[in-house]
Amino acid sequence: MKLLTANFVQCTVRACGSTPDCFPLHFDQQSPDIPLELAHEDVDYSPEFIYNILPRIEWTALLTTARELGNTQLPEKKPEIENPHAPENEQLLKDLHTLLLETQIIQGSMRCANCGHIYFIRDSIPNFLLPGHLVQ
Amino acid sequence: MALQSQSTAPGTADPLNLERTHVHAIYDQIAPHFSQTRYKPWPIVQRYLESRRPGSIGLDIGCGNGKYLTVNPEIYIVGSDRSSKLVDLACTEKAVGKSRLADVAVADGIDPPFVDSRFDFAISIAVVHHFATPERRVEAVKSILRALRPGGTALVYVWALEQKTSRRGWDEGHAQDVMVPWVTEKDGMRTVVERYYHLYKKGEIESDAVLAGGKVVEGGYERDNWWVIIERGDDFR
Repeated sequence: MKLLTANFVQCTVRACGSTPDCFPLHFDQQSPDIPLELAHEDVDYSPEFIYNILPRIEWTALLTTARELGNTQLPEKKPEIENPHAPENEQLLKDLHTLLLETQIIQGSMRCANCGHIYFIRDSIPNFLLPGHLVQ
Repeated sequence: MALQSQSTAPGTADPLNLERTHVHAIYDQIAPHFSQTRYKPWPIVQRYLESRRPGSIGLDIGCGNGKYLTVNPEIYIVGSDRSSKLVDLACTEKAVGKSRLADVAVADGIDPPFVDSRFDFAISIAVVHHFATPERRVEAVKSILRALRPGGTALVYVWALEQKTSRRGWDEGHAQDVMVPWVTEKDGMRTVVERYYHLYKKGEIESDAVLAGGKVVEGGYERDNWWVIIERGDDFR
């Protein structure tokens, strides 16, 4: 699972849906059975693509996710970029490309801060199916 | 519910059980074979994806083997499916290769993990017809609409009842809830499994969309399927 995807998913327990704590899911507590594993996977770089998706990112949630995964380099406020080809923006856009698209969460778990439910990621695929007793 | 089938379907009184045994279990069972037969994008779906604005973030709910995830390299799609076997295929097959701008997840169509109001678009192709009650089909459409930002649209495809020229030959007046056999042959052994479908009649997917709080932007018929492009209605909640 890519970090960009983590910026768009929340707890699937219906009662959590209306609470502010159901998003983002947290990576801060990992199970010893499935230790967190990250990998770098090359993806073709396009400055326009990062520039185009930047408005769609929830920055505060991204800061939380990145920090929990060990990246504390992001600016506190969402950068405002006017020209994706300007040399002064290159490093930032490349860093975001690496973080959002090339960082692959191979395995680990995500926790809902509201209900505590844990979602596992295995072989890069998160599983959001709920056990029977939690399906409403 | 009247089920037309060559064999008796177990557990048809319970819609969740019907979906479990005659949709979820079947797709996990037939995933590799099914995937081999699903590689060509349908023209209207391809056109819809190609006309999304660069930088759009979208969903493919019921993505199967992921054949639509990489049609347009300027957008990002998160694909989800209830069948973990199909999601495995979507993840490993070349459809989601190294240069991919897509991701996949195992998730339920009615209880999806997608954050409300964040997505520019969604597609759900040949999925909603697998939910076994009218209420659940409306819920499934509602879940799609919920993920859309205001002004975002979704393309939904369902199998049509009116398809008298197809090899199935169903048409107006036939039962709408059917079991459809999937036949595999391996080493001379013939295996038949049955998938549950609700065949949509003309106007029915539009009506489901409205019941779900949506507005129909466009619709039509293509290759034995009804399709609609929908968005949230003004008082969608």
